Amino acid sequence: MTINPEVKDISTDYEYGWSNPEKYAFKAPRGLSREVVEMISKAKDEPQWMLDFRLKALDIFYSKPMPTWGADLSGLNLDEIYYYIKPEGMNARSWDDVPDDVKKTFERLGIPEAERAALAGVGAQYESEMVYHNLKEEWEKLGVVFLSIEDGLRQYPDLFREHFATIVPPEDNKFAAVNSAVWSGGSFVYVPKGVKVDIPLQTYFRINAESSGQFERTLIIIDEGAQAHYIEGCTAPAYNSDSFHSGVIEIVVKEGARFRYSTIQNWSHNVYNLVTQRAAVYGNGVMEWVDGNLGSKVTMKYPACYLLEDGARGEILSIAMAGRGQHQDAGGKIVHFAPNTSGSIVSKSISKDSGRSSYRGLVKIYEGARNAKTNVECDALLLDEEARTDTYPYIEIEEKTARVGHEATVSKINDEQILYLQSRGLTGDQAAGLIVRGFIEPIAKELPLEYAVELNRLIELEMEGSVG
Amino acid sequence: MTSPDPQPKTTQPSPHQIEIRDLHASVGDLPILKGINLIVPRGELHAVMGPNGNGKSTLAKVIVGDPEYTVTGGEVLVDGVNILEMEPDERARLGVFLAFQYPVEIPGVTIANFLRLAMQARKAEGEEVSFTEFYGKLLAALKTLEWDESIVERYLNAGFSGGEKKRNEILQMLMLDPSYIIMDETDSGLDVDALKIVARGVNSMRGPGLGGLIITHYQRLLDYIVPDKVHIIVDGKVVQSGGPELAQKLDTEGYDWVKELATA
Repeated sequence: MTINPEVKDISTDYEYGWSNPEKYAFKAPRGLSREVVEMISKAKDEPQWMLDFRLKALDIFYSKPMPTWGADLSGLNLDEIYYYIKPEGMNARSWDDVPDDVKKTFERLGIPEAERAALAGVGAQYESEMVYHNLKEEWEKLGVVFLSIEDGLRQYPDLFREHFATIVPPEDNKFAAVNSAVWSGGSFVYVPKGVKVDIPLQTYFRINAESSGQFERTLIIIDEGAQAHYIEGCTAPAYNSDSFHSGVIEIVVKEGARFRYSTIQNWSHNVYNLVTQRAAVYGNGVMEWVDGNLGSKVTMKYPACYLLEDGARGEILSIAMAGRGQHQDAGGKIVHFAPNTSGSIVSKSISKDSGRSSYRGLVKIYEGARNAKTNVECDALLLDEEARTDTYPYIEIEEKTARVGHEATVSKINDEQILYLQSRGLTGDQAAGLIVRGFIEPIAKELPLEYAVELNRLIELEMEGSVG
Repeated sequence: MTSPDPQPKTTQPSPHQIEIRDLHASVGDLPILKGINLIVPRGELHAVMGPNGNGKSTLAKVIVGDPEYTVTGGEVLVDGVNILEMEPDERARLGVFLAFQYPVEIPGVTIANFLRLAMQARKAEGEEVSFTEFYGKLLAALKTLEWDESIVERYLNAGFSGGEKKRNEILQMLMLDPSYIIMDETDSGLDVDALKIVARGVNSMRGPGLGGLIITHYQRLLDYIVPDKVHIIVDGKVVQSGGPELAQKLDTEGYDWVKELATA
């Protein structure tokens, strides 16, 4: 694979910063317009209702101001973005049918290898479209559906329409609106009643072109008593101009079902990552978000659990690492609508150089959600004097029987810990890395082994030279 | 050539010993060590005693390389090499080990993982700590310390009692095979059973390959780890050296008479 000479290495230790020459079947003009939206819908040969939905969402997008309550988005120029880039080759079921340079990209990212070793199904998105999607036969036989979102709409129109945009409607926020208008790619997953998919499904998102936007839309339905684990990973080349990623993830966890959604987000440091992910959880269902934010320039992402029926449970594990020039504004939301619902948010952030991590979280307990309880724990680790961390906990309680705990700590790597580890032979960098790994261990241990290893490796890369 | 080498010292192999030469150190502007001189050959354990606040622990911290302390003069030679300009980890890899008076807690890092990394740090590039080497050594060490294997899955010192922390220092010592140990008041806060276990761990390592300093305020530990020599530090200097009987004398007569030595 040749490395595009135009790629400027912004972050020297970002190892996924290479890119392919741009070869596309179709690329919409820069900027957002009614024409672009119509173009996308036409390219996908969609039913009329979807085009109507997109156009309505576009109006909502125009009507909403840019949010100013969170990270600084003033550098994001929405008129410069390419909203739709269709790669050559589409949605193959075999890697042999994926165009060569795209296939090599994913090989270089280790995706086909991981698929063979440890995954039930794999999806791969390149720019705006899924270029590969495959589910192992044993799961297909049990009725598990794992498709690109477009195929989901074509092959399961009723199930799709029943849930699509019901959990994250376009009115939710400006970025949910832009996604609703121009969405493309993402996964459609259905796990039938009682089926337990015990190895993960994974989708990998890759942006390649400069100034491009990726707006994947994922809809996952876990039927009664079923179980599954879905993992998403993301990287992009390191360009000097900014890219924009704004996904919408909607999840339905039905009665007694259990679902985990894990993200290891490692976008290059020129990506604005503004994502809305939300799960509706029904009676005694369990939803777990494991959210790792390592890359991107700015991330705003607050995975949410709406606990809709008795006994539903939501858990959010959030980890953020902010280095020079990065702002990770992450956290989670637990909203209790029903009695005996429970939740937990554990957030760990690490900030170094001029990096900034913010925990932003909402716990809301509606009246009538008797005996609801949620515990929030957020710990921030600062590696130097320049780094910054903030906590924005929003707690709204309308119910007298509610129990909500909130604990927050801010710590620095302490010199005594470094000395102790150094006195055993570890270098200063190794010592600091080990302390950081220990700090995130409660979250790393929840990941499948190879992801925990990858997370630790990425953090070690980020840590190099951080202790003098 | 028949005449003897005029400078035999330079061609002799470095002596296997820690030699502390006229060591001065301070915390901030406050001088603590005011000219320590000591030689501890490999194969010997020396007790360092003295009243509190006179520089015993400072000596330990300076040898290990704690940046809180500023060395204002002198040398510490380990097998002939001055270590005072080295990073703490380089000193460790030379074989110096400090059993801390107050071991710190490192949450999220299991003892097993940490021990493996620390052993790995002593290996040459490309050499791996084998599972059999690690596990064999670990089982032996745990047996000596009467510790269940499950302890190594706990996070390093996190939530440990004082006694467990001290025992964990000895576990690390057994695993890392140092050439020189410095035990900084390891006996403080230990009951007699824990003291015996710690002593058993140290005694199991004694031999021609191990030298070190046992810093303590009390005779008690020295009943179980009998030192080859005893040095008394008062006001940042060694004021008296002798055999184990010196520790006995301190135990019966207290420290008043040595304080007079310092002012004499």
